[in-house]
Amino acid sequence: MERNVTLTFSEEQAELLEVAQNFCRDKSPVPTVRKLIEDDLGYDPAVWEEMVALGWLGIAVPEEFGGVGLSMAEVVPVVEQMSRRLMGGPFVPATLAAQALIAGGTEKQKSAILPEICAGKVATLALTEPHADWNLTHIEAKAVEEGGKLKLSGTKIFVVDAASAEWIVASVSKDGAPALVIIEKSTLPEGALRREVVADETRRSFRLELDGVTVPADALLDVSRAKETLDHIDLAASLLLSAEACGAAASCVDYTVEYLQTRKQFGKLIGSYQSLKHPTVDALVAYEMARSHLYNAACTFGQQGEGEIAVRMAKSEASDALSFAADRAIQFHGGFGFTYECDAQLYRRRSMWCEYLHGDGPYQRAKLADLLF
Amino acid sequence: MSDVSQKELDEFRAGARAWFAENVPSEPDFMLPLTFMEVGTQEQFDFLRDWQRKCYEAGYLGAAWPKEYGGGGLAQAFQDVATQEMHRAGGPIMLNAIGINWAGPLILDMGSEEQRKAYIKGILSAEDIWCQGFSEPDHGSDLGNAQTRAVRDGDDYVINGSKIWTTQGNYAKYMILLARTDPDAPRKYDGLSFFLAPMTVPGVETVPIKKLTGEYGFTQTFFTDARIPATSLIGGEGKGWAVAMRTLEYERGARGGQAGGYVTVYPDVGEVVELAKRALRNGHPACEDPIIRDKLVKLLATYRGLQLNGKRSRIAPLVQDKPMSLPLSSKLIATEFYREINQLAMAMQGPRGAYYVGEPEAYDEGIWQRSYLNAFSGTIGGGTSQIQHNIIGEHVLGLPKS
Ligand SMILES: Cc1cc2nc3c(=O)[nH]c(=O)nc-3n(C[C@H](O)[C@H](O)[C@H](O)COP(=O)(O)OP(=O)(O)OC[C@H]3O[C@@H](n4cnc5c(N)ncnc54)[C@H](O)[C@@H]3O)c2cc1C
Ligand SMILES: Cc1cc2nc3c(=O)[nH]c(=O)nc-3n(C[C@H](O)[C@H](O)[C@H](O)COP(=O)(O)OP(=O)(O)OC[C@H]3O[C@@H](n4cnc5c(N)ncnc54)[C@H](O)[C@@H]3O)c2cc1C
Repeated sequence: MERNVTLTFSEEQAELLEVAQNFCRDKSPVPTVRKLIEDDLGYDPAVWEEMVALGWLGIAVPEEFGGVGLSMAEVVPVVEQMSRRLMGGPFVPATLAAQALIAGGTEKQKSAILPEICAGKVATLALTEPHADWNLTHIEAKAVEEGGKLKLSGTKIFVVDAASAEWIVASVSKDGAPALVIIEKSTLPEGALRREVVADETRRSFRLELDGVTVPADALLDVSRAKETLDHIDLAASLLLSAEACGAAASCVDYTVEYLQTRKQFGKLIGSYQSLKHPTVDALVAYEMARSHLYNAACTFGQQGEGEIAVRMAKSEASDALSFAADRAIQFHGGFGFTYECDAQLYRRRSMWCEYLHGDGPYQRAKLADLLF
Repeated sequence: MSDVSQKELDEFRAGARAWFAENVPSEPDFMLPLTFMEVGTQEQFDFLRDWQRKCYEAGYLGAAWPKEYGGGGLAQAFQDVATQEMHRAGGPIMLNAIGINWAGPLILDMGSEEQRKAYIKGILSAEDIWCQGFSEPDHGSDLGNAQTRAVRDGDDYVINGSKIWTTQGNYAKYMILLARTDPDAPRKYDGLSFFLAPMTVPGVETVPIKKLTGEYGFTQTFFTDARIPATSLIGGEGKGWAVAMRTLEYERGARGGQAGGYVTVYPDVGEVVELAKRALRNGHPACEDPIIRDKLVKLLATYRGLQLNGKRSRIAPLVQDKPMSLPLSSKLIATEFYREINQLAMAMQGPRGAYYVGEPEAYDEGIWQRSYLNAFSGTIGGGTSQIQHNIIGEHVLGLPKS
């Protein structure tokens, strides 16, 4: 139990943090965020192109496939800073789909698709199902071989940014075992995708009906690595959701503090009231702690045992920290907090996404209990 | 001093490891205090004083303090190694906590040459025990309102009033004393002065106070026309508040320069996990209870987070937004964590949670219950958790004063 925890921060991480901090601040002020909420696509293609040009889509993709050749640790500061400005867009799903291919794709799939992702084409994942099990290896969607092809069936939910994606990597059960297949989105039948209504309006999420979808046999990822690929994606997704939660928590605390420093009631700045001040400090402390866990999870990502513990701790702490900070943000804005105009709702809605996807705090802690004792 | 070679450090470590292996005393037949605030009997006091002196004489305490005043004159890295090895060997705590952790660094920092020469060596050897006279019966959190009077009379100051909750007050030879020299100063803070006051002069009386555990550990100190030399003033008359604030930075670990060692033994969180496996709650091992599991993991995450916060605070790009956030919150997090983990340990014990020290049926001789009660020394002493919230809110977040 008494372990020496590590927290290292590479020069590359530091550089990306600084660049991303400035970029996201400039490109994603709140009015832009609000404008894009009304937009079908949910992001600005011109900004996306700039991100592609910065090499961000290939950060954790090996150089041989057109990437930068770094790791998930370097993706973390970028995602954190994007979420700090509540940026939308398919950066996270594209990064995770690339991870799925790197971990479990065939050589042919990797060389065909990874360079395209690095160049800005979007891919996404279809993992979650209506049975709502956070365990990604519980798969009810099926792939059955038929005439040299794979016939798919079942339903996927939370297929993020499917509308802008060229490829959807879906988990299916094949011969009773987990498998992953690549679906070219252009081959989907009419009506296979339905946009879901999600609390975080900066996101674009879809329900995918697989019934009637057929893919060629070589759309299958390496079946022998399907289970470890799913585990890898689960942890990678949890890591990035933790980064998003931390980024949003940082600005949520700042947003609340600003109001507490300017709003007066009973002749005093409301920040002088301890019933507001102390919980705001608790929100800060929880955020800071979550951020330390986040960068611990980043630098140990992929390590056997320790890596998983670190990610699950980060997810548990970061989810709780953002939800608390945003919940109090609404309350501390009084009547204004109850309005759409107040940004507190943006943070609280984002927290629902970060918290409930890939396992909330209690779920992560139950998993951790199994790992720790 | 900065370019210490790894080889030197390794050699020093090997020496320290061997020395501690040989010299850490075996458990006495009485309970040893887990913190410096729990020293309540003469046998505990003698035992710990002896241990601190030995560590000092071996060169493993004050190793980085200047040689001319009694320190080891080495780079800080050596003391860090010594402290790590002390931990590793599981040695008892250092007794003279206030001396080595805050009065000493303060004297080195702000004291005169004479004061350094007079006090530093005795602090390290535990020859001279130090206590802290800040809190008063009517002014605790509101330290700036302290009313104990100090009146200049020739070469002396004459002290009248009372200090309370004085840890180790009955053992101390010196007190860092905050007293009011000018009751008419327009700002309450400007009337305060800070003294390195001898406790051995006539007119100083200490009365032990029984703690909530039924044991002893602190005192009330009464001053009745007690004359202390004017040379014991530090920082200048009317400048006491600034000195007190500096002292609190040392006390809360927000500023470095302490002599080393440790003054509190935190339970290894592994022991709590181990308790969860054997303690019976509702007829089953506590670790099978989902609520206990959830709470325990949450606290393990806090424990780990504290260590990670420490590491992150040294990575500049990761603390640039609010640089004081991590240093100013560590006291709050650590002391509340310690209280909560002991509380959870009791909850694991089912009906036995209600036992106490002395009951043979109690788990681990009732130490969890006692530690829980003692844990409030952390959340109240050194500035309460509520005051810590104010400090963080005002100094880190820039919120208006309450
Ligand atoms: C759904 C809804 C319906 C409403 N309907 C009506 C209506 O029909 N008619 C009507 O007149 N009003 C109505 N209100 C207004 C409501 O009564 C006020 O919003 C409420 O009294 C808070 O005032 P405020 O919005 O100015 O917030 P503020 O008073 O500015 O409060 C901001 C924050 O500071 C806190 N705070 C303020 N003062 C203190 C203090 N002294 N100590 C500690 N904390 C403090 C508050 O708790 C809050 O968290 C409604 C509000 C809502 C949300
Ligand atoms: C074990 C132990 C050892 C100690 N050792 C020493 C020592 O060696 N030397 C020494 O000088 N002192 C010592 N103290 C005293 C300690 O510093 C004080 O107890 C502490 O600062 C609180 O002061 P108080 O007891 O007067 O409580 P009060 O200040 O009266 O506080 C009572 C309650 O009110 C709250 N409160 C007070 N002001 C505010 C505010 N502005 N905002 C919100 N809440 C507030 C407090 O948090 C607390 O919960 C020790 C205390 C303990 C428990």
